Amino acid sequence: MYQHNRLTTNNFNFFTKLANFDYVLMACILLLGLISLATMYSTDGGKILFHTKSHFTKLIVFTIMMLIFSFVNIKFWFSIGYFFYVIIIGLLIWTYLFGIKSSGSQRWIDLYFINLQPSELMKICIILCLAKYFHRMKLENVNSLYAILSSLIIILLPMGLVIVQPDLGTSLLISISGLAVLWFAGINHKYFIYTMIGFLISLPFIISFLKPYQKLRVLTFLNPDRDPLGAGYQIIQSKIAVGSGGIFGKGFLKGTQSYLEFLPEKHTDFIFTLFSEEFGFVGSVILLLIYAIIIYRIVAIGAQSRSYFAKLFCYSFAASIFVYITINMSMVLGLLPIVGSPLPIMSYGGSSMLATMIGFGIVMSAKVHSQQLIA
Amino acid sequence: MINSSSDNVKKLNSINRRMFITGSVKFFIMIGLVSRLFFLQVKENKKYLTLSDKNRIREWKLAPVRGEFHDYFGNVIAGNFEAYQLHIIPEQVEDFRYVIYRIKDLLELSDKEFKRIIKKKNEIKSWETLIVSDNLSWKKFSKINNHLYDLNGVKPVISISRNYPFGSNFTHVIGYVSQANEQDIENNEAIKKNFVPGLKIGKVGLEKSFEKQLIGSNDIERYEVNAYGRRISQLEFQKGEKGKSLRLTVDTKVQQLSNELLKDQAGSICVMDIYTGELIAMHSSPSFDPNLFVFGISQDDWQIIRNDPMKPLVNKTLQGNYSPGSTIKPIVALSALENGIINTNFAVNCRGHKHPLELYGQTYHCWKKQGHGFMNLRNAMKQSCDTYFYEIARKLGVDRLSETAKKFGLGKEVFGNLFSIEKKGLIPSTQWKKNVLGQSWVLGETVITGIGQGYIQTTPIQLCLMTAQIANGGYKIYPKIVMDDENKVSPIDKFTPLYKNSKNIKIVQDAMFASTNEVRGTSYRSRINNPKYQFAGKTGTAQVKKITERDRELDLKTFQIPYEERDHALYIAYGPYKNPRYAVSILVEHGGNGSTTAAPMAKKLFKTIIDRHQLRESINNKKYLDI
Repeated sequence: MYQHNRLTTNNFNFFTKLANFDYVLMACILLLGLISLATMYSTDGGKILFHTKSHFTKLIVFTIMMLIFSFVNIKFWFSIGYFFYVIIIGLLIWTYLFGIKSSGSQRWIDLYFINLQPSELMKICIILCLAKYFHRMKLENVNSLYAILSSLIIILLPMGLVIVQPDLGTSLLISISGLAVLWFAGINHKYFIYTMIGFLISLPFIISFLKPYQKLRVLTFLNPDRDPLGAGYQIIQSKIAVGSGGIFGKGFLKGTQSYLEFLPEKHTDFIFTLFSEEFGFVGSVILLLIYAIIIYRIVAIGAQSRSYFAKLFCYSFAASIFVYITINMSMVLGLLPIVGSPLPIMSYGGSSMLATMIGFGIVMSAKVHSQQLIA
Repeated sequence: MINSSSDNVKKLNSINRRMFITGSVKFFIMIGLVSRLFFLQVKENKKYLTLSDKNRIREWKLAPVRGEFHDYFGNVIAGNFEAYQLHIIPEQVEDFRYVIYRIKDLLELSDKEFKRIIKKKNEIKSWETLIVSDNLSWKKFSKINNHLYDLNGVKPVISISRNYPFGSNFTHVIGYVSQANEQDIENNEAIKKNFVPGLKIGKVGLEKSFEKQLIGSNDIERYEVNAYGRRISQLEFQKGEKGKSLRLTVDTKVQQLSNELLKDQAGSICVMDIYTGELIAMHSSPSFDPNLFVFGISQDDWQIIRNDPMKPLVNKTLQGNYSPGSTIKPIVALSALENGIINTNFAVNCRGHKHPLELYGQTYHCWKKQGHGFMNLRNAMKQSCDTYFYEIARKLGVDRLSETAKKFGLGKEVFGNLFSIEKKGLIPSTQWKKNVLGQSWVLGETVITGIGQGYIQTTPIQLCLMTAQIANGGYKIYPKIVMDDENKVSPIDKFTPLYKNSKNIKIVQDAMFASTNEVRGTSYRSRINNPKYQFAGKTGTAQVKKITERDRELDLKTFQIPYEERDHALYIAYGPYKNPRYAVSILVEHGGNGSTTAAPMAKKLFKTIIDRHQLRESINNKKYLDI
């Protein structure tokens, strides 16, 4: 329709694509990558060891992948939505059947060169799939029983496959990502409210179904001091690390809590603790600001996009990223019980970074092809 | 198209509205996260900083360096030496098995010791120090040092430890140190405060009495540790203070001589300055080597000491309650004179065993079979005539006797509470018997108390003090063994006269002189004619068991009687007679006879003591010369 006045062709050439690039977002992602590398270097005790090297390699590979993805037409991403979903579901089933067991859970599949965690990929895939599902749907049909039910099935299927791993954290994040799409697609806000109320009422029953270690986490969250050397240890040490950081932090490579191995899981879920200890309040706020800019840019890209699919994807992806960050930080700062949820880009872990970078790639593609209409 | 476009608009409106709501929520959550960060990192920063330091900083105390003991002349009698030790930190050793077997060969460890080391290794964490050997000889230590190239992770360490250079000579004065046990820690604040595993503390003697001054204070090392308690780096080293060194009044030469004199015999020798009360020597024999205890005594050594029939663990000088025998006679005589019972001319006829003193059917014999004949005080003391003293004791009564005896330091601890082991002895009185035994006093008991038998019991150190106070003209002194003891307040009644009439003291002194330096004196054979060394004394022979009629008839020589039944030999003396300065008390357990066993020792002692007097004085004067 109107866009033909401005851009006469759908065949963007390379340079126009390059010009359409969101350099602020790109810069923020690169900055985040650098920060995460520095932090990883610090977790290795100020030496370039396994984690740093591996994180660096992944960062390079996935950033390049993201750049490649951003040149791929948004239409392509739209078209593979369901296919991608089916593949990941297949991988999840494969994981369930033949996955690698490690510390009591079966989350990974061995791809020989990398151990892939399909549940992480599902976090991005579900957005893609649901965005495609709602793209063509008329607003009045969105609230139809059929639409709601089928979208719920789309969400619940991977959730179930992830819960049995068992991995409650990731399955919750998957469902939140999915629900974000439903929210933006325009499902009646009453449903959300009812679900929320229903969830709160059934919470005691849900807790009774939790595994003992999960119950322990909830109890520990309510009172970390009940077992300071056992279940409460992580959260106490984490709070000590963050709190002792002060305004300007203890200095790069000088975080005693992490350096002296008081911090558990410092490479992965608790990476923010280490960062916060070494760079203090100022550093933490700057990190939060970088995340905020990234989220803002994603939303802005969504707003600029002409296609509903792109909008839906960007908004939902931004909301998901935001939720990941919030949950991770709240957990680390003692505001939520401990659930396994990595901090995007910062945390060590290939699958999580792969998923995030795919997301960024699609967002960037939406930006580059912001005027692309999808029929 | 229109339809779809209007639907599109609706959809866009919907999504944008919801985006707005979401954005607002995100904003507030962000604010929430930032304020939580602010709360933890800015507001509560101090609290978490303290917690973090508590996490990472740990203190290690090192054993304090113990104060030394010096003798009067500044010779170290309990010092510190550098013990050569061998430490291993198991985790720093690549091949522990190889290293430990290599060490076993080098140190020639027995299988028993080796097993103990292996057991110890299994009890500690791999980064904790394993002490393989705590006191290596220099030879073995250097051998290890020569082989260090293939003993990775083995650390030869020089550590400060207690050393008693004079071995057994001073054991009963200063005691010994050994590892503190739980009770020691519980009972002593100073030990509790400075305790580190392996801390050595005084177990007996002055080492125990002066623990507080001697112990010093710990070196403190502050380390940064990781979550598993492993030391990462040293943050601070706080030097502790060495314990206070104490100077004793003891003269090592005299002490060593005492050791030699009592070699292979059980007994005690005390030498005291009669004016200052300083102990020149204080020895109890047999003694034992305190160095054995420093690193824990071996079971074999301990059994040898414990089962020795001469009881080396008993400090006979302070703990030994003995009948004083005839050495009490100067006090009996003095008491009689003081109370006006007798004068110097009062005489008693001693008629030998055929005509003993009889009281209520009991007979009381003099030691001399033939009897002494008519005896006045001077002669009776000289020849130690028992009959004479039976008679004056009978006239004097036990209560007046015990009053004088107590005045001169018998019947109570000489050092007050300095030595926890010191015994009081026993000076009986009618009241005492009534209170303790619930019986009335019998006159016969007074009679035998007059020759130092019966209930009366004294320790050798008490006899020494008694002699000193007679020798100095009858003035009260307070014995001491530690110079400049800051805890001790100078007593007010020092040098107050203990006599009613100083002439009486002179009479007793003269009688003691006669006993040693005149023909027929009991210790005449041990006299020294040279006035420089001339001394006056009184022998004593304390019965261990009652002498029966049969014994009296047999009249056995000392060597014919079984060891346990032989009499204790005692001797008290002071000298030089003309200008007295030192008092001596000697006791030889089961020595047989005071005049043949104990008195000759006094002769040798006085030679040395008086020879060293000049030197002792000059040390004091030197202080002023140095300035």
